[in-house]
Amino acid sequence: MELHDLQLIARRERERRRRIRIHCCTSSGCLASQGLEIQKRLEAAVAEAGLEGEVEVVGVGCIGSCGQGPMVEIAPEGTLYEYVRPEDADAIVAAINGGECSVQRGDPLRPFFTRQFPIVRKNAGKIDPERIEEYIAAGGYRSLYRAINEMTPAEVIDEITRSGLRGRGGAGYPTGLKWSTVAKSRGERKYVVCNGDEGDPGAFMDRSVLESDPHLVLEGMCIAAYAIGADQGYIYVRGEYPFAIQRLQKAINQAKKFGLLGSQIFDSTFDFRVDIRVGAGAFVCGEETALLASIEGRRGQPRPRPPYPAESGLWGKPTLINNVETFANIASIIEHGPDWYASIGTETSRGTKVFALTGKIHNTGLIEVPMGITLREIVHQLGGGGHSGSEVKAVQTGGPSGGCIPASLFDTPVDYESLAQVGSIMGSGGMVVMDNSTNMVELAKFYMEFCKDESCGKCVPCRVGTVQIHRLLEKITAGQGSQADIDQLQELCQLLRNTSLCGLGQSAPNPVMSTLKYFTEEYEHLIER
Amino acid sequence: MATPHPTHDAAAAAGDNRLKILEATMKRNQYRPDALIEVLHKAQEIYGFLSPDLLVRIARSLHLPPSRVYGVATFYHFFSLAPQGTHTCTICLGTACYVRGAAELMARAEHAAGIAAGHTTPDGHLSLASVRCIGACGIAPAVVIDGNVTGHMTPDDIAAQVTALLSAPELPQS
Repeated sequence: MELHDLQLIARRERERRRRIRIHCCTSSGCLASQGLEIQKRLEAAVAEAGLEGEVEVVGVGCIGSCGQGPMVEIAPEGTLYEYVRPEDADAIVAAINGGECSVQRGDPLRPFFTRQFPIVRKNAGKIDPERIEEYIAAGGYRSLYRAINEMTPAEVIDEITRSGLRGRGGAGYPTGLKWSTVAKSRGERKYVVCNGDEGDPGAFMDRSVLESDPHLVLEGMCIAAYAIGADQGYIYVRGEYPFAIQRLQKAINQAKKFGLLGSQIFDSTFDFRVDIRVGAGAFVCGEETALLASIEGRRGQPRPRPPYPAESGLWGKPTLINNVETFANIASIIEHGPDWYASIGTETSRGTKVFALTGKIHNTGLIEVPMGITLREIVHQLGGGGHSGSEVKAVQTGGPSGGCIPASLFDTPVDYESLAQVGSIMGSGGMVVMDNSTNMVELAKFYMEFCKDESCGKCVPCRVGTVQIHRLLEKITAGQGSQADIDQLQELCQLLRNTSLCGLGQSAPNPVMSTLKYFTEEYEHLIER
Repeated sequence: MATPHPTHDAAAAAGDNRLKILEATMKRNQYRPDALIEVLHKAQEIYGFLSPDLLVRIARSLHLPPSRVYGVATFYHFFSLAPQGTHTCTICLGTACYVRGAAELMARAEHAAGIAAGHTTPDGHLSLASVRCIGACGIAPAVVIDGNVTGHMTPDDIAAQVTALLSAPELPQS
């Protein structure tokens, strides 16, 4: 494989394409609402209308507005259809030639779409994720070519460092710094690991990226491997995402066949293989040392750091671990340069972030927005406000490790520091919106029950503390609590935060502490009864 | 731990096709101990659950102590050491589904099935389970019935679905 081979594949793909493409969302959400049947019926309708020479039906990744799914888009003109049913296929095809079509139309110019800034999701909903040719035609694997043939590993790391990219898994560690640490670590073998163990309930960014554009993640991993000197990579994906695993495996096979993974990539001396590791339903495996234990076939229990995986990771070898979304940013940074990337977002948080907007919100779905956008803009402009007109009370970011942010603080900009300041975290990107029908104490209890179940049991503060906090919350929600219980809750939360071994325990009190801080009256109301 | 169904072990001892598939999976992984989770995934996929006999067999093949295999099998929620019902109804209790009323769905499903979540009806016909987020938050609340995801569920829907499952015919053996 050479650059002109890539260009040839891209040209052939463009020539093969029909003038009009009917994009049919085949991501998990729409798939659950007969997405495949819709695609089949559309194909039949196109054949019946004799339009095969002009129109093609393409199964694409997530278009974004999952709440209005199944979605169908007519490209390039941009007509969007929402809540499509299989029986609508004929009408949709007829409408291409000006026929009548009563299927509900979406407005592609509404803020939900126009306020987005797609980098990670640049191809999502536009290409068929099961065909590498479409990814290549969209400019794919050029960045890998450039990195291997025109840059030294140190130059690649320098570009990533200058871009200001920070880990998208939640903690926000500078990616370039992590890469250079692993690059400097000594070891006869190094590994690249992609963390796709998206355990945070209410978040599905990584699932969507893997389902919509798996090659983007593979290319990012490949560039990382070149930069740090690794020849083996693992993608750890949740077992709950069978469809993402299937697409990823297909993508790996295709990339191997095209010589973009495996030995002598782009006829260089650089080798890189990627294997999938399927998770088995343990939230704690999102923690990096637990994830590594799980890849090694052991119980997913974290270990104290240091040593950090950058020095001693998989089988004791230096290991680079980044999140799916972090890797999905890499190709664009190499393509457009670090200055371009650094010009997006805020001073400390560069670039964009993908959020899964869910809960009591009008527009549920996936959005990618520049850092620094306010919560108000996300909830009210992109999200369209509360579900069926209800008043939004709070937003929960970061899942069981994050906090609840009340509507009064919605002018908070979305960046790592600002979110931490109001008692929450950026997290992996789950954003659950709540209205007045959600009881915040019940919600805190819900999260604590989750952490209690998911605590791996290795360290005492987390194993015992989560149970005790959950019991106190049960007592309070049953109306049997007192002020002393709330005081003890505070004390236990501090203890858990300060003494737990890993992030799970350290951050488990966040939902309780943030609701205690911002929704004190809901707690007081319960203890007064 | 529940006592496994005796017929499953008998089938394993008889050396049916499933054993060959399992053996092939282990061989493909060169019987490496670190392939344990992959092997357990495969074993559960073909047997439906992990019986003690099966765990011991895997431990021997991968040269691991049985305690380690048992420890891993019990650590992860995905692995089940007891047989599952012919039909399964799994209700997502992720945050997005929770905020949209998944707890009520679960209550109605438990009522309709007459069993608590995490259990199987005495006749082995239906297993009711909960899951922490399947990533279908856009169509919350979501339910997985016999492997198929359905969104926008209402309490009445789930009650009807569970009742239908209780009287549904046996799944064809694949």
